[in-house]
Amino acid sequence: MSIDTTGAPIADDAEDIPAPGEPPADEPVARLVHPRAIRWLHWINFPLLFVMIWSGLRIYWAEDVYALGVGSWQWFAFFPDSIYETFGLERRLARGMAFHFAFGWLFVINGAIYVIYLLATREWRHILPDRHAAKEAKDVVLHDLHIKKQAPPQGKYNAAQRISYTAVLVMALIVVVSGFAIYKPTQLYPLPLLFGGYQGARLVHFWMTIGLLLFFLVHVLQVIRSGWGNFRSMVTGYQIERRTTPPVDDTATGTDSVPESDTNTAAIGDSA
Amino acid sequence: MSEQRASREEQLRADVEDAPTIPLDEFKRRSRRSFLMGAVGIAGAYAGWRWLQDQPDVGGIPKPLRDQLERNETLWSNLSEGRSAPEFSVSKATPIQVNGRIGIRNEIDLAAWTVRVEGPDGELLDELDISAFDALPQRDMVIEHKCIEGWSNITHWGGARFSDFHARYADQVGDVPYVGFETPDGLYYVGWDMPSAMHPQTMLALRLDDEPLDLDHGAPLRLATPNKYGIKCLKRIGVVRYARERPADYWAERSYDWYAGL
Repeated sequence: MSIDTTGAPIADDAEDIPAPGEPPADEPVARLVHPRAIRWLHWINFPLLFVMIWSGLRIYWAEDVYALGVGSWQWFAFFPDSIYETFGLERRLARGMAFHFAFGWLFVINGAIYVIYLLATREWRHILPDRHAAKEAKDVVLHDLHIKKQAPPQGKYNAAQRISYTAVLVMALIVVVSGFAIYKPTQLYPLPLLFGGYQGARLVHFWMTIGLLLFFLVHVLQVIRSGWGNFRSMVTGYQIERRTTPPVDDTATGTDSVPESDTNTAAIGDSA
Repeated sequence: MSEQRASREEQLRADVEDAPTIPLDEFKRRSRRSFLMGAVGIAGAYAGWRWLQDQPDVGGIPKPLRDQLERNETLWSNLSEGRSAPEFSVSKATPIQVNGRIGIRNEIDLAAWTVRVEGPDGELLDELDISAFDALPQRDMVIEHKCIEGWSNITHWGGARFSDFHARYADQVGDVPYVGFETPDGLYYVGWDMPSAMHPQTMLALRLDDEPLDLDHGAPLRLATPNKYGIKCLKRIGVVRYARERPADYWAERSYDWYAGL
């Protein structure tokens, strides 16, 4: 039986209580921000997504009809020959299909596990936008553009992140469903009708891919902007926090409030 | 700081702060392990990727990918055997582009054209001219013809069901699992599994938009279906050959899926 400084008895068999106790208030600690499952699923998804996009573009090459423009005027035709040449996408339709229809299963399984994990562990609450999201997301953008001084409050993710992470999940779902509609339009009929038919599904599948690519570009830029600590957290799971002594709070009643909840925490580096 | 903002911060922080913390030295230990694991993961992924590319090719693609295409087909045919593609009203049909000329580049005397029907042991079962196909029950089919390249076309075919044709030889050939088709010059050839060939939408087409097929579209007789890619819809049929083994297939030898099923 030992007695701690406040006089409260601590049972010997309470093995989960760390021997040195909580670190002193101003010492940095590392807080778990990305559970192991999310880290694995995130990093497995990265190469799978790129195998899917790469093989998908080899398929698209064979009938590359989409463009941005008005009427017959094309501003940007997907894609210029230089892009096909650079990434080795020409005359590889069959190989593209073989890779696409093998790796597609892995992409779908990985994504399904991710969604199930989000639901089962309630991690989704960090990601789904709440009713403040629209206004706060605007403030995040203004803050990022150095127009607004103060960033809006945030939890694990800020409102702009919540919106984009939810959007990317929705896009991934649409890309998978439209993909199946093109892959097996007879076997899965009437699934293609969801997209206005076979060609509609092909169009949606293409644009969702472009959407995922744009997300990826912004995501990487933001990760670079946020710095090493944030990137590291997706590898290690932990983000280093500096604890500061809380400001004196006159309204606090009693002295027995849990120190945890009064601790001001400042993550080193934003999260992306 | 407004009260509103303070309460919002409180609420958001509560969501984050139930996550456990560890001291820095423990963090350093775990970081090392995580980065090591990351390096092993990258090396493993790269090795796996190289391994896949280095596997022997079967029909132009690495064997594991070929095997997966086969597994996919098994899965899909078990999931929903015998489903049919939608058919459209004749007014929806539009002219179809000419895509492939392999096997139909030679001159052909349509009046002298015949189809050889061969049994699984190579025996000649029949030699038919066009009247034999005109004599089969005729039907029209307006379907979405899908090219493996990605384009598709609502097309109005007319002709006979393969299943009605097959009925003439069913007793002779028994339960053969496959049937192959060849152009008269033998340059283009496709293999079909019997369940797909017997599908009511698998047609020996004689007409396109109510007119006899022209040479570019496979005169005088070709295959048509909405349930496989156009690569399987051989033009200018010269030979129909029942088979116990999977027949050779022009595009399956060139990296494509043998079934090419939709």
